[in-house]
Amino acid sequence: MDMQSAPSATPLLALRGIVKQFPGCLANDHVDLTVGANEIHALLGENGAGKSTLVKIIYGVMKPDAGSISWAGAPVTIASPAHARALGIGMVFQHFSLFEALTVAENIALGLNNPADRAGLTERIVEISTRYGLPLDPARAVHDLSVGERQRIEIVRCLLQNPKLLIMDEPTSVLTPQEVQKLFTTLRRLASEGCSILYISHKLEEIRALCERATIMRLGRVVAHCTPAEKTARELAELMISAKLKTQDFAHRIGHGAPPRLVLDRLTIRSNQQFGTDLKDISFSVAPGEILGIAGIAGNGQSELMDALSGEIPAGSPKNIMLDGVPIGHEGPRARRRRGCGFLPEERNGHGAVGPMTLAENGFLSAHVRGALDRLGLINRKRTRDFAAGVIKGFDVRTTGPEAEARSLSGGNLQKFLVGREVLQQPGVLVISQPTWGVDAGAAAAIYEALVALAEAGTAIVLISQDLDEILLLCDKIAVIAAGRVSPPMPVKQASIEQIGLLMGGGEAMEAAHAVPA
Amino acid sequence: MQFRLEPRGERSIFWVYGSPVLAILLTILTMGAMFAVMGAPPLVALETFLISPLTSVTGLSSLAVRAAPLIMIGVGLAFCYRANVWNIGGDGQFTLGALAGGGLALFCPTEAFWWFYPAVLLAGVLGGMVWAGIVALLKLRFNANEILTSLMLVYIAQLILVWLVTGPWRDPQGFGFPQSAMFGADATTPNFGATSVHLGCLLAPLLALAIWQIIGRSVLGFQLRVVGQAPRAARYAGFSNAKLTWIALLVSGGLSGLAGIIEVTGPIGQLTTGITPGYGFTAVIVAFLGRLHPVGVIFAALLLALSYLGGDAAQINLNLPNAITGIFQGVLLFYLLGADILILYRFRRLRPAIAITQAAE
Repeated sequence: MDMQSAPSATPLLALRGIVKQFPGCLANDHVDLTVGANEIHALLGENGAGKSTLVKIIYGVMKPDAGSISWAGAPVTIASPAHARALGIGMVFQHFSLFEALTVAENIALGLNNPADRAGLTERIVEISTRYGLPLDPARAVHDLSVGERQRIEIVRCLLQNPKLLIMDEPTSVLTPQEVQKLFTTLRRLASEGCSILYISHKLEEIRALCERATIMRLGRVVAHCTPAEKTARELAELMISAKLKTQDFAHRIGHGAPPRLVLDRLTIRSNQQFGTDLKDISFSVAPGEILGIAGIAGNGQSELMDALSGEIPAGSPKNIMLDGVPIGHEGPRARRRRGCGFLPEERNGHGAVGPMTLAENGFLSAHVRGALDRLGLINRKRTRDFAAGVIKGFDVRTTGPEAEARSLSGGNLQKFLVGREVLQQPGVLVISQPTWGVDAGAAAAIYEALVALAEAGTAIVLISQDLDEILLLCDKIAVIAAGRVSPPMPVKQASIEQIGLLMGGGEAMEAAHAVPA
Repeated sequence: MQFRLEPRGERSIFWVYGSPVLAILLTILTMGAMFAVMGAPPLVALETFLISPLTSVTGLSSLAVRAAPLIMIGVGLAFCYRANVWNIGGDGQFTLGALAGGGLALFCPTEAFWWFYPAVLLAGVLGGMVWAGIVALLKLRFNANEILTSLMLVYIAQLILVWLVTGPWRDPQGFGFPQSAMFGADATTPNFGATSVHLGCLLAPLLALAIWQIIGRSVLGFQLRVVGQAPRAARYAGFSNAKLTWIALLVSGGLSGLAGIIEVTGPIGQLTTGITPGYGFTAVIVAFLGRLHPVGVIFAALLLALSYLGGDAAQINLNLPNAITGIFQGVLLFYLLGADILILYRFRRLRPAIAITQAAE
């Protein structure tokens, strides 16, 4: 514990003994939090630690069962988000609420409490965006903007209200390394001008670089207040998750020289989504035992690539996708699974899993072909239950059993179940997207181990991820997807962060990468 | 005092089953109030409407006869709705079933082959399937909304029926009435003993149980439920949306067609312009009241069958208009849809406004 660095002046925001009980879970257990003026304060914790609940209480979305809040020294009851904004609290959510078809200015106008504020709005947007280094064109439609630009809209929307406290929820999960640096510059500038920042994250290096103080939560309780710069990332991580971290040093396997299992040859696909990204001329191959990471910022064609590889969108020509030398571009997901492929898309709810169905049924969903869980058109209930029970046991899924509904599981537990479901089918090729999105560190480690073990057994793995650390940790080769194009894969050891960041931005770097044959 | 609807964040299992019960109670209260307004003593009228039909063997067998088509159509609709395919044209498929099977029964040279009656039933099933198949075709080929197309096809079916029984199929010995000749004995649904209970009354619950097993235990039923609850997950699993839409519509159309041919070869005995009092629409209420579960559908069909009998009884004994059957059904659907909000939302009393303004200071 390190309390000396708490500011001596009246804190801007002080929470004392906040308690919030949900059915079956104490989300906040006597939480104290103090944010000083001009301070960038980190709120650090795993998923499920209670950060979101606490922030919702601060922003007036929820009411605490007990505890007190004081704002600039005076006790307050924050009744609603509108009230929070009136006090001077702004919040940038992890998931944006923007209308794709409207312009930047229209989106911002929709979020204003008072219609009278709309006069001269465009000028004020331009003024704020230039002052804080958040370039934005008010007249552009949102669907043309990158995720980083969309985030700027949300930030500018908050800044228009002249907040004294800006809450940022996991702001960097969708940004390139370069964009992260720009965001940090903006946040430091804001803090120096009198707007405190409450920065929620589980990315330790970022917090060490940006935040002056940190409050670390675990299982609903505050476990430490500290100065992040004085701690190593490892110490912070150990505070955040109870157990000592297992050393994760996955030896990068070297190509065996075996023929590739999965080959993409000039795959070009039109997106089936409005405002989706078309895939252009994608070629790469993955050898047995190899993990190929596809890095990139969200919305650059990852979901289309996933759908094309799984067979949800058929390829233009069968030969665009070859599995062990057999053209499979026109086959659907079931046929591809029968040939030994496994897939797991990014979105768990409603795509990789059906929330209202049981785990047994969710196991059946993708495993019935290879697991022979059906017989004569009927579900073999015993085999189906046994399969799900095997996944639950093998992957330490915390649940009541195979009959539990998928939606009753936490994100991390459900993800462990889904990864286990694919891994236990022992696929020859596994395509997996964002395997640790919204998953706590413990579950992520388990998922990493499973993927590495699978690769060591000879599976060719394509890992699509926006988490660069994850790709650098697990993958043998890395390629970058930007605007529907994929750069030629290169060995991870030879890749530099700068180079990857430039490729993520697309444009010239991507052209250059394609011009030089790898 | 003000209330606000607040999302629960999950489905309340209690209200999934509690909502039909609440809806039925509210409907009975409303009907009582309506009887009072119409000048009938509410308790007596309710007794006449809801209880008196159940007090005699004749009444109970009529209930079974009325419930049979509702169960058959309702269970087909429940099957279809599970896949998120909203067929509300059960009445049209019922009519086409009656026409297809009835046409065969009227115009095929009838000899007392044992398979003639099954062939007539099969023709009825196929008739309903064709009519629902049009809906599937329009939906998949042109992305036409099945709610609209299935509804419009009801009126087309109705007009074909009227044209046939007033024109080409009119009984020459029928004194000009808009009706066909009576069906022959080899094309008549058999009754049990001297009651009006017929084969369809036995078949309907058996079919409901079969559909129950298909939904719950078969791969097909699983695919249907996945498509209905999470279409993207169905695509991920490789289930064909087009194939499942066809199956959902053909099964529900076939069951409606079967109900139609059994109705005309059984209780009615011929084709007339009035072969359905809106069974296909009532079955929509049946499917929802039964929570899209085949066993629930059986109970819901019995209740709504009772509303037909109750309407007749109220008309005969109390001089009330027969339209109260339709009112009962409409009010019930109204309350059911309203009460279903409680599955996903809860009522929360708003705090007095003063607290908020104080806090805003």
